[in-house]
Amino acid sequence: MNAEDAQVIGFTLATAALSTLIILPFGIGLAWLLARAKWPGKSLVETVVAMPLVMPPVATGLILLNVLGRHGLLGIGARKFFGTEIVFTWKAVVASMAVMSFPFLVRASRLAFEEINPRLEQVARTLGSGRARVFFGITLPLAARGLIAGTVWAFARALGEFGATILVAGNIPGRTTTMAIAIYSDIQLGDEGHAYQLLGVSAVLAFVAVSLGNRFFPWGEKR
Amino acid sequence: MKLRLKNLHLVQGPFELRMDLETTGDVIGIFGKSGAGKTSLLELVAGLRQPQTGRIEIDGTVLTDRARGFSIPLERRGVGYVPQDLALFPHLSVLKNVTYGKSATNSSGVKISFDHVIEVLEIETLLERSIGQLSGGQKQRVAFARALLAQPRLLLLDEPLASLDHELKLKIIPYLGRIRDEFHLPMLYVTHAPDEVVALCDQVLVLQEGRCVHLSPPLEIFEATTSMALKPGILGENPNA
Repeated sequence: MNAEDAQVIGFTLATAALSTLIILPFGIGLAWLLARAKWPGKSLVETVVAMPLVMPPVATGLILLNVLGRHGLLGIGARKFFGTEIVFTWKAVVASMAVMSFPFLVRASRLAFEEINPRLEQVARTLGSGRARVFFGITLPLAARGLIAGTVWAFARALGEFGATILVAGNIPGRTTTMAIAIYSDIQLGDEGHAYQLLGVSAVLAFVAVSLGNRFFPWGEKR
Repeated sequence: MKLRLKNLHLVQGPFELRMDLETTGDVIGIFGKSGAGKTSLLELVAGLRQPQTGRIEIDGTVLTDRARGFSIPLERRGVGYVPQDLALFPHLSVLKNVTYGKSATNSSGVKISFDHVIEVLEIETLLERSIGQLSGGQKQRVAFARALLAQPRLLLLDEPLASLDHELKLKIIPYLGRIRDEFHLPMLYVTHAPDEVVALCDQVLVLQEGRCVHLSPPLEIFEATTSMALKPGILGENPNA
């Protein structure tokens, strides 16, 4: 394990954490809307959100490349308003991780909200509480275990993200190389020993994350 | 309390509720078989459902008026609603449950005091417990206390004793009597048990298939307080048979 490895591990953990933080409010908000509200286009949004789960990650990466690239809508916006490029930078790594892990967060959070008896929220409102107080005082605490599980799974998925990231962020040592990309790169270059070292670190991180996720998953006991 | 339901019409799937009545009473029972529309009517008053048409008035205050597109929002409706499953908040202690509504109300408008409710319902020793540590009867009393401390203008009780065995039911009925006598709060009381109607209510709406088929004091409806059978013609049949 050398300084370069430490940088790759640290970079992967930091970008995965940042992507999870970014999707957290949107994922939880959307999960609540899917679980509790009826609105036009709901099933369409539901399908689009789940697509990264079943589409080849490289295909999702290609879509991201078009959206975030020089001529893409968000790419143009980022350059115009923030004077920055997204593709082939750490921001592209974060964006790929966010898109690929978003469905995990939404699915687990939605299940967590659906498990709550809506009568509790209705009664809380008849007791004089507005929607916000009910959400933060009743809904969120009761869904907390499921939301934490979803967050941990999203983080774990972000840690392992490869297909979309390699296309949108490339493999620029010290700038966009994540653990998954470093393992792939080592295998390509014939440095299998180093690849197995990183594999060991990835396995430990994945084990810890999935164990934590299962521990918080509120329906684990029923299975 | 004067309850006025004007041209009330609710359609939900194959079920239809139509009601047009006016009645006065301190505790108005809503009586009928399962599926008669008792809970639907209570939920309309609580604001949990909106009728297709009609108006709901309590003591001259309009709660819902579809013709004007008006409905007082749930949190400002001032109803103390106790559903059949009680819906106690499982993550909060008994104390936090009973004071949940209290903290949302303006303390200057407090008419029902915390101490009085705790004393009447005898739950002082339960306050530090979690909901999971309570027996069925204790949960009932906590749910009543929570509803009362939200300073409602009206209590809505949806079959509050339905899940209790007969012995426990006999223990809880006096608490409901105390709530009625101590706090002078009007109540709408949904039940399918004639003994509860006779013990607590001074007026009864008998519902059948979403319609009010009879409205009168309980003793005019039941054959005798001992048999609790409905008089012939009330429903066209005897529901207790």
